[in-house]
Amino acid sequence: MSIAEEKTAETKRGWSPLDSLQGLGATVLNFLASAGRLFRFTAQAIYHCFTPPFYPRLLLRQLIDIGYYSLPVVGMTALFTGMVLALQSYTGFSRFSAEGAVATVVVLSVTRELAPVLAGLMVAGRIGASIAAELGTMRVTEQIDALTTLSTNPFKYLVAPRLIAGTLMLPVLVLIADVIGVFGGYLVGVYKLGFAPENYLHKTWEYLTYDDVVSGLWKASAFGFIVTLMGCYNGYNSQRGAQGVGAAVTTAVVSSSILILITNYFLTQLFFAGK
Amino acid sequence: MTAQPKLELKDVTKSFGRNHVLRGVNISIEKGKSLVVIGGSGTGKSVMIKCVLGLLSPDKGSIKVDGVETAGATGKSRDELMKKFGMLFQGGALFDSLPIWENVGFGLMQGKGVSKEEARVVAIEKLRAVGLAPRVADLLPAELSGGMQKRVGLARAIAANPEIIFFDEPTTGLDPIMADVINDLIVETSKGLGATTLSITHDMASARKIADNIAMIYKGEIIWQGDAKDIDHSGNEYVDQFIKGSATGPIKMEV
Ligand SMILES: Nc1ncnc2c1ncn2[C@@H]1O[C@H](COP(=O)(O)OP(=O)(O)OP(=O)(O)O)[C@@H](O)[C@H]1O
Ligand SMILES: [Mg+2]
Repeated sequence: MSIAEEKTAETKRGWSPLDSLQGLGATVLNFLASAGRLFRFTAQAIYHCFTPPFYPRLLLRQLIDIGYYSLPVVGMTALFTGMVLALQSYTGFSRFSAEGAVATVVVLSVTRELAPVLAGLMVAGRIGASIAAELGTMRVTEQIDALTTLSTNPFKYLVAPRLIAGTLMLPVLVLIADVIGVFGGYLVGVYKLGFAPENYLHKTWEYLTYDDVVSGLWKASAFGFIVTLMGCYNGYNSQRGAQGVGAAVTTAVVSSSILILITNYFLTQLFFAGK
Repeated sequence: MTAQPKLELKDVTKSFGRNHVLRGVNISIEKGKSLVVIGGSGTGKSVMIKCVLGLLSPDKGSIKVDGVETAGATGKSRDELMKKFGMLFQGGALFDSLPIWENVGFGLMQGKGVSKEEARVVAIEKLRAVGLAPRVADLLPAELSGGMQKRVGLARAIAANPEIIFFDEPTTGLDPIMADVINDLIVETSKGLGATTLSITHDMASARKIADNIAMIYKGEIIWQGDAKDIDHSGNEYVDQFIKGSATGPIKMEV
């Protein structure tokens, strides 16, 4: 066989459908294995949220860290989102003389979609990253092992307070973001676009329903769970020193962001598809 | 009939994928005795201790504490078991968000339900036992030197008066004098508690000082085990090479 022939034979082997099938199989198996691990972790984490011993002091610290200290970031996000929404919808709607809908568009977009999703994403960057880094460092410096040897379950001591705080605090953050977002729209509407204040506020309330706000809060709760879960999962299972912790942080932020967007679609479908 | 060993490992096997770390480890320690396991880096010494502690589960084999099988123990029985153990981690593993005294008193407060005030008193007493002044009690681990952190780790390991204490390389990274101080502390504190100890080291000076018995681990197996005073005439060329620290001999470093 000449060299050229050998080469083609090799290339052919490289392209064999069996090989690519094998690669695909390995990928699928890998994916299923990690999905299984994540599922197991989630089930364990939830179980330990509801069984004693509880650590109220640690929970309080997480509530403050996740709720209170995220306020500036989430507030700024909401303010400018509301403002830009008013501006954009005004320029768009004025093309068909529907400027009157600006206030309604702002309040519905903010409460239903933007406040929960953007708050979720900001918290993924702020909280998800710090949880993954903290737990990851504790893992690689054997502090998590040390907890176990000191008769303390790391799920109860580390994971449960963060999960509970994330799930409870995000709705609170989003409720505040709703108000700030609407206020941002109001500022632009009244001071820049020249709406009459009473008129703008009236339009804001006119079509707003209870469900618009509450659906956003449910979403927020789900996103808070996702962010803290992915932070804990990746940190808890991080490996190989500082590099591993870095990777855990990246994975935590990226995967929780994507999960938030996917979950958001399905929750929206669940809440509003039938209406 | 001989006395029941406090801790007994039989044929303990552990692999990570294709990396066969432990290939059937057998050791036993009598109550109140001190066994030191020596061996090169990466031979699975830490993995062995983690199997005993239940931080890793062995693939095969039996681990008995006071004659009771513990491999695979979970839940309540694992909790009870953990109360008998104290562990000094290779890297110290102090909780860096907690002050020193809470680190030392952690096991007391969490595991045994001792009150904060009482735990603080015990913590300060244990700190004194390892030669640290009460004023370090309120510092954070990051504010201490490596040697002081080792001492705090030691104080934490003995705080709850464990029956079995594990020391994972208690003297690595310390100067010879501090290492000797730590060795003395280990001997003192474990004799004081009447505890059984299992230590790991590649520091021969430390091994000679702490050990009643010495075992050498190589390629995941115990290749020699005997009285500490016999270590210099073990008749085992692996052991001889290790204690001389010579590059030539049957042990080849994989570089
Ligand atoms: N969690 C783990 N996952 C995969 N491999 C591991 C894990 N822990 C340890 N190993 C592997 O097991 C082997 C033994 O590690 P171990 O930490 O027990 O070594 P050691 O004898 O304590 O060495 P040293 O004296 O350097 O501490 C190493 O090859 C290591 O890569
Ligand atoms: Mg080790």
